[in-house]
Amino acid sequence: MSKAMARRRWIAVASACAFLALSAHAGKTLEAIKARGQLVCGVSSGVAGFSQANSAGQWSGLDVDICRALAASILGDAQKVKWVPLVSQQRFAALQSGEIDILSRNTTWTLTRDASLGLTFVGIDFYDGQAFMVPAKSKLKSARQLKNATICVQSGTTTEKNLSDFSRANKLNLKTVVFEQFEAANAAYFSGRCQAYTTDASALASVRSKEAKHPADHVVLPELISKEPLGPAVRRGDDEFFAIARWVLFGLMEAEEYGITQANVATLRDSKDPVIGRLLGTTEDMGKPLGLDRQWLARALQATGNYGEIFERNVGPKSPLGLPRGMNNLWSHGGLHYAPPVR
Amino acid sequence: MAIAPRPAPSRRAKAASARARRRSAFYQLLAVAAVALLAWWLASTTLQNMRLRGIQSGFDFLWAPAGFEIGEGLLPYQSTDAYWRAFLAGLVNTLRVGVSGIVACTVLGTALGAGRFSANAIVRGVCWGYVELFRNIPLLLQMLTWYLVLTQFLPPIDEPARIAGWIVMSKNGVAFAAGEDSPTLSPEFLAVLLGLSLYTAAFVAEIVRAGIAAVPRGQMEAASALGLPSRRVMRLVVLPQALRIIVPPLTSQYLNLIKNSSLAVAVGYPDLVSIANTSLNQTGRAVECITIIMAVYLALSLLISVLMNRVNRGAAIKER
Repeated sequence: MSKAMARRRWIAVASACAFLALSAHAGKTLEAIKARGQLVCGVSSGVAGFSQANSAGQWSGLDVDICRALAASILGDAQKVKWVPLVSQQRFAALQSGEIDILSRNTTWTLTRDASLGLTFVGIDFYDGQAFMVPAKSKLKSARQLKNATICVQSGTTTEKNLSDFSRANKLNLKTVVFEQFEAANAAYFSGRCQAYTTDASALASVRSKEAKHPADHVVLPELISKEPLGPAVRRGDDEFFAIARWVLFGLMEAEEYGITQANVATLRDSKDPVIGRLLGTTEDMGKPLGLDRQWLARALQATGNYGEIFERNVGPKSPLGLPRGMNNLWSHGGLHYAPPVR
Repeated sequence: MAIAPRPAPSRRAKAASARARRRSAFYQLLAVAAVALLAWWLASTTLQNMRLRGIQSGFDFLWAPAGFEIGEGLLPYQSTDAYWRAFLAGLVNTLRVGVSGIVACTVLGTALGAGRFSANAIVRGVCWGYVELFRNIPLLLQMLTWYLVLTQFLPPIDEPARIAGWIVMSKNGVAFAAGEDSPTLSPEFLAVLLGLSLYTAAFVAEIVRAGIAAVPRGQMEAASALGLPSRRVMRLVVLPQALRIIVPPLTSQYLNLIKNSSLAVAVGYPDLVSIANTSLNQTGRAVECITIIMAVYLALSLLISVLMNRVNRGAAIKER
């Protein structure tokens, strides 16, 4: 990171604010997306498994796939997405100002954000929780043993507040060192500046697998000190687009529940199952109420696969992150994802 | 001195100049009104757009409890305190590093600048090398480097090193005296302070060098001819004249240093910008938080300007 970059970031935040001062009307999101032939999706500037660009500029991750599925539904092409990497300070302003259509950037759904920022959360695409990572040689077994410890924190989330609550509730007197940059927080933790590193459990798993010299030298402690339901958000006031984004997400989960995958979506078109017929638009047209055509979900599934496939590919046990499905399984498998029926 | 009295202006000329004055006052008023109107228009459309989009705005959040910890600071603060107090703690942290930085860069910069006139070639060369090295590397990189060096090489937190019995060093920072609550300079503070003062000192050195070089040689020679020893020549003759040239650009460097301290956020030092970032994230009040940052830096800069203008008036030639 350079000084110019840090400055650019502030310019970006400031210009997003300036945009609020100038734009009077943003227009209907769906029409705007169709007119420009592109979905503009706000993602993180690099969190492994969620949104990350490779050396060729190809984005991948769970948050990225949600946008891809949405683009496939609306525009018929999962590649027609413009990716806007955002730091956490920019993200809400970027959505409010109309710079992006949807914010899919491991963002926690909270009351303040949902009710007072002019945006609405579409749903939950990942159940997360804040955890602690410590060096294995510290022999710590529980986060409650971290008395008087110095904790490295990555800013820009609900993290600092959770940490403070946890520290007070357990009388731990934790000291914090807050970093704006993910990289700086990682470097400080690995140099031993802090006894522990805290952020969402999924991000810790990503740091441990990607950044640690020897992942086995670090353990993520079992306690989750907060609920972090992550999900995409859209601008408030455009109920049509909100419904589309929400039902594409539900549709991906519903497809998993009924066994429709990227591989079999084409052959299942002949299925006699009424639910599959509705999901794929072969019997009933479920796209119409959303303002889309009947193939909306079939195209999304063709592009990204169902929710389970997206999870496995990006963050699941066989991916570098190696996260267990746990809470993120479907309700029918003991998890928390429960999509209302597509009918 | 006798000055020949000017002929009294004719009545017509008097009227013309009065008209010109009125016209210029009118245009100035118009310009001020236009700027005020533009500001009002920007503010009101912003507020209106935010209302339309259901974004809540206002500074009322400043009185709500902040709910986050601040790693270090001179101002007593705990997470149950209000946001305004968190901002104040951040401001105190900014001032702490800013003021120490200004003192350090002035002392170091003056020494380096004067060193460029040393009779010793090695001293001259070192001073030249320092300036070229430190002013040509981006400040953020320097800060990150200092931070990495400090966090890598300081001993682990549970096995601190003691120097001369009263300096305790560990990755928690450098503490003086042995007590539990002894003042500690954290690695974050040290990295910011080192980065800011070493970087700015290079610019100060150049300003001091230019100031000294601008004093005519004759002044020095005349002072020596009067039999003043060389240190008194510097103190009584050269520096007072050099200061007139040094102070105005020095003010800009002080302003830069204060503004550059906002880079502290990169190495985890809880300065004003860091606190504002956290508050912005928790409350979503982007416009408000950025307004606070801008207002505070503007106020700080104006304050420094006022102080330095006073110094400058002291250094200026007194007309008697």
